[in-house]
Amino acid sequence: MWDYTPTVKDHFLNPRNVGDIPDADAIGEVGSLACGDALKLYLKLDNNKEKIVDAKFQTFGCASAIASSSALTEMVKGKTLDEALAISNQDIAEFLGGLPEEKMHCSVMGQEALEAAIAKYRGHEVKPHGHDHDHGPAYPDQEGSIVCKCFGITDVFLKKVIETNRLTTAEQVTHFTKAGGGCGGCIPKINELIAEVMGKQPEEPRKRPEKLSNLKKMQMIQEVLEKDIRPLLWADGGDLELIDIDGPKVQVAFRKACAGCASSGYTSRVVEQKLRDLVAEDIVVEEVAS
Amino acid sequence: MKEIYLDNNATTKVDEAVFEEMRPYFCELYGNPSSMHFFGGQVQRKVDEGRSRVAALLGASPDEIIFTACGTESDNAAIRSALEVFPERRHVITSRVEHPAVLTQCRNLSQKGYRVSEIGVDGEGRLDMEELKATVDEDTAIVSLMWANNETGVIFPVEEAAAITKAKGALFHTDAVQAVGKVPIDMATSNIDMLSLSGHKLHAPKGIGVLYLRRGTPFRPFLVGGHQEKSRRAGTENAAAIIALGKACELAGQHMKLENTQVKALRDRLQDELMAHIPNARINGGAAERLPNTTSIAYEFVEGEAILLLLSELGVCASSGSACTSGSLEPSHVLRAMGVPFTCAHGSIRFSLSRFTTPEEIETVIRELPPIIARLRQMSPFGREFIKGQG
Repeated sequence: MWDYTPTVKDHFLNPRNVGDIPDADAIGEVGSLACGDALKLYLKLDNNKEKIVDAKFQTFGCASAIASSSALTEMVKGKTLDEALAISNQDIAEFLGGLPEEKMHCSVMGQEALEAAIAKYRGHEVKPHGHDHDHGPAYPDQEGSIVCKCFGITDVFLKKVIETNRLTTAEQVTHFTKAGGGCGGCIPKINELIAEVMGKQPEEPRKRPEKLSNLKKMQMIQEVLEKDIRPLLWADGGDLELIDIDGPKVQVAFRKACAGCASSGYTSRVVEQKLRDLVAEDIVVEEVAS
Repeated sequence: MKEIYLDNNATTKVDEAVFEEMRPYFCELYGNPSSMHFFGGQVQRKVDEGRSRVAALLGASPDEIIFTACGTESDNAAIRSALEVFPERRHVITSRVEHPAVLTQCRNLSQKGYRVSEIGVDGEGRLDMEELKATVDEDTAIVSLMWANNETGVIFPVEEAAAITKAKGALFHTDAVQAVGKVPIDMATSNIDMLSLSGHKLHAPKGIGVLYLRRGTPFRPFLVGGHQEKSRRAGTENAAAIIALGKACELAGQHMKLENTQVKALRDRLQDELMAHIPNARINGGAAERLPNTTSIAYEFVEGEAILLLLSELGVCASSGSACTSGSLEPSHVLRAMGVPFTCAHGSIRFSLSRFTTPEEIETVIRELPPIIARLRQMSPFGREFIKGQG
C-alpha cells in the first residue's frame, strides 16, 4: 500500500473544486484514457483578466492524481497568470506534504495542465493530438521530438523535468514523467538526456569495431540480437529468430506478437540500425517468412 | 474497522483449526524430525501425517509430495529440474498470463540461450490450444502452464495440455497455486508430471509450499545439502508449517463442495449485482470456465487504485490488475495479453472470496461499490462525457 500523507488522503477523499466552469477563460487538458491518467483543468479570470478567481478540475487517475489536481486548483486561486506559471510540480508535491517518488508524475501532470491552459489562453499555438502510437501523447502540447513512444513524451519536456527536479537516474525520470515505464526502449535515450542536462558526457558508447572476421561478426550479430533486441521485443509480447547470415545480409523471422504485426517493417529497420551501429555499417536486415 | 476480506487469491486467513494443529510444534514439540531420539521422532510422525493429508487432497502418494518454502520455489525447482534432466532439449513453453514465479524465470532463461515460447490467450483469457499443439516439439524440455489464473480465475485445460506435451516426450508442470482446494484434482488419473501449490492460499500459513513430483519422473534438486525430502529438497523441514498444511488440505477436501456451491453462489451474486448496477463494465474472462471464488470486473473511465482506496476506506479489501497499485505504469500483463480495451484496462477490480466470506459482506460490496464507481466517473473527464452522452 502506498504511504500517502494525510493531506494526499484528504484531497483524494474530499477533493476540492471538482467540476467544470461553463464560461472558463482557459482550459488545459493532458493525459489520456490509455495512459492511465488524465486531467482537464478550467480557469476563470477576474474582469480585468489578471487574477484567477476560480479553478475546477476533472481527473481520471489514481488517488495521487486526484489529490494533485485538487491541490493545484486550491493553489492557483487568487494568483495572477504569471504567479500561477511559477508553480512547479515540486510546489504541488510540497503542498500535499510529499508524494511517493513513483507517483511524482501526478504532480507533473498538474503542472503541465496548468501550463497548457495558460498557453492556450495566451493564444500560443497548440498542436493537435497525435495518434501515431498506442497511447496518444500524454502531453499533446509539448514541443520537441518524441522520446518515449509508449507515453508520447518529448525530449524538450523530459529535459525540463530532469532539470527542475534534479533527476539523476532513468528510474527517477520514469517516476516523474512515465517515460520509459512502458516497453523501456527509450531508457538509453533518457540516460543521454540526463547526461546532457547534467552537463556530463554519456557513458562511453559502444563502438563498432574497425575490422571483423566473418566468425567474429556472426558472433557479434547474435550477441546484439540476444542482448539488445530480443528483450525489447519480449516486453511487447513479441520475439525474433535469427534464420541466417549471408555476408552483409541478416535474415530474421518475427515471432509471437511481432509476427504479422503491422509495424514489423519498422521493427526490422530498428534492428538493422542497431546492428549497423554496433557491428558493421553494411548490414541489411531481411524479414523472412519461415 | 472490521475488514471485509475479499482478497483471498492474494492470501488467506489461517483456519483456527489449522493454527491449533501447528501450535504445539513451536515451544513444546520443537524437535528436528530427522533426529534419532524420541523427541524428534514424534515430530517426524506428524510430518508424515501432514504429507499423507496433502497427498490425499491431490490423489497422490505421500512419496510424491516434496515440501518447499513457497509456490515460487516449487515453480522454480520444477522448471530448473526439467532443464537439467534434458540438457539436450533447449525449448521451454509457458503462457503469456503466467504468474511471475514462472514467467520471470522463463524470460531469464531466454537470455541464457533457451528458446522460450509464451502461448497466447483469447479475449476471455482462454489458452490457445492450437498454438500450444503447434509449438511443442522434440526440443521442448518442459511445458509449464497454470491451472487457474490468479487475476481472472480462468481455468486452463491442463490435462489436455499435459497429453499434448507428453506426446512429444517433454515434462509437464502446472502452477496450481490458485486451483488447489477450489477444483477437484486427482493426480492418480492425470498426465501431469509436476504440480506446485502454496499453503497460504488455502488457509495454511505463509512460508510453506509443495512440489508434487510424479513417481518415476526424473528430478534434480534445486536446493542441495542434507537428505531431507529424500534428498529432493535439502533443508530442515518447516515441521509446524507442514503439519499445518496437512490439516489445511484435509479441511480443503471437506470444504471442496462448499467452495463450488456456497462460495460460488456468493461470487455469482456479487458479480451479477455489480454488473446489473454499474453500466459499462465487463467481466474479465466472464465467458471462460473460472474458479468458483474469483471475479475480476473492468469498469470504464475510472482507475483501479482510486476504487481500491475508496473501498479500503469502508474496510473492503480487494485487488486490482491496474497499473497504479503496483507502481508499474501499464495494466497487468494478464489484462494486456487478453486485449482488454484501453478504456477499461486501468479500472479492473478483483474480488476473491473464501469459505469465510459471509452473505452480509457481499451485500455490503453490492451496496457500496456502485456509488464509488459513479463518484469517480463524475470526477473523470471521460466518465463525464459518457454520463452526458447517456443523459
